[in-house]
Amino acid sequence: MTDRSEMFDRLKGLIAPFNKKGVDVSETTTFAGDLEWDSLTVMDFVAEVEDSFDIIISMNLQAEIENVGQLVDAVTKLTAA
Amino acid sequence: MTDLFSKFDALIAQREGLLATGVKDPFSLVMEEVKSPTVAVVNGKETILLGTYNYMGMTFDDDVIAAGKKALDEFGAGTTGSRVLNGTFQGHKECEDALKEFYGMDHAMVFSTGYQANLGIISTIAGKGDYIILDIDSHASIYDGCKMGDAEIVAFRHNDVEALEKRLKRLPADAGKLVVLEGVYSMLGDVAPLKEMIRVSKEAGAMILVDEAHSMGFIGENGRGVAEEQGVLDDVDFIIGTFSKSVGTVGGFCVSNHPKFEIMRLVCRPYVFTASLPPSVVACSAASIRKLMHNSNKRGHLWENSKSLHQGLRDLGFQLGTPNAQSAIIAVIMPDLEKGAAMWAALLENGLYVNLARPPATPAGMTLLRCSLCAEHSSEQVADILDRFERAGKAVGII
Repeated sequence: MTDRSEMFDRLKGLIAPFNKKGVDVSETTTFAGDLEWDSLTVMDFVAEVEDSFDIIISMNLQAEIENVGQLVDAVTKLTAA
Repeated sequence: MTDLFSKFDALIAQREGLLATGVKDPFSLVMEEVKSPTVAVVNGKETILLGTYNYMGMTFDDDVIAAGKKALDEFGAGTTGSRVLNGTFQGHKECEDALKEFYGMDHAMVFSTGYQANLGIISTIAGKGDYIILDIDSHASIYDGCKMGDAEIVAFRHNDVEALEKRLKRLPADAGKLVVLEGVYSMLGDVAPLKEMIRVSKEAGAMILVDEAHSMGFIGENGRGVAEEQGVLDDVDFIIGTFSKSVGTVGGFCVSNHPKFEIMRLVCRPYVFTASLPPSVVACSAASIRKLMHNSNKRGHLWENSKSLHQGLRDLGFQLGTPNAQSAIIAVIMPDLEKGAAMWAALLENGLYVNLARPPATPAGMTLLRCSLCAEHSSEQVADILDRFERAGKAVGII
């Protein structure tokens, strides 16, 4: 549990500079709907997450990630491998 | 019943909103007469063409047209068949021979369009478990090729060598990797640092595909493109190109030195499951490619045109996509879509045609007026173009 909330906090920290609207970020917050990110913002954010965790989030995987909780799951899985 | 078209409502509304401002529809223009590679009649008015990618002006070349007419007479209007069945005529082989000679490569494969060349090669050579690493600003045909295949797709920031290198290093060492790059990126007209990108890609054990659609015919000593210009053509595994720019016809191709390349003809679906190019088109293309091998004077003049247009537009106060002229594309950045559409219409009123490019085709959500120069534009025409840009820019309030 602690691991998951740590991962959530870390990702929330990475979301913050891109959270121009000051949306309250939870696990169910969606990137396209709630945060209203366009494809350019998504790209910058993904690059930031990839470099922070030294991982690759392929575009195939990105297509399946709609909210913050799903991102937490995906990054947890990628960093465990 | 759910109307399947409701997903387009936002776009329909945006388009109607734009047309309501009184702007003519920029995406339904008709060329009523085409007088030369640089002049057409649009809305009854003689118009200078500055958005056709007809870089070398081969569309009206006497030898090219004569070759096409002869093939039309001798081989008929169409092939009515696939390249692998009844659709390979003598002209298709001659066209592939011309390409092999042009690039100095062992294999050449001609597709019906450049779009299909990217679609076919990318989706076929990178399969399940392989990785495609591509520049985020890649052309739609590259993205569609990725979507059609089963590989994992990894994007990196535009022209960023370090971002590419980092991502390559994170991938499994033994996985198949294809790095997809473009010589000239068509939206801003900027050139890729191919030399460094190819070096880091080779170090990571990746194969490399370079789309040279917007550089063939005039960049590099023999017009082979940016890879030639930067001295790394031998390190490129696959060059993709098109006939619908410098060559002046329609069609696409891939050239390669890969010893097993010929198997592509049997496994590449966008090559197999479509009709081949008409005999007249391959004949025109072959004649054009052979002429493009010996064209240094025309290339020199095209570069002069590009440099003087870039300098002139900058002096007028327009914001441009590149700090200097890097190709035959000069992108003028517009403040927003409405101003861009107004400027586009004002230029057309002044007898000048450019491309209006807008998101999602453009990077960073930009609206662009994309100008592509031709070796057949005279210096007087370039001066005329600048004059029209000044008038339209002032009328719309951009400069």
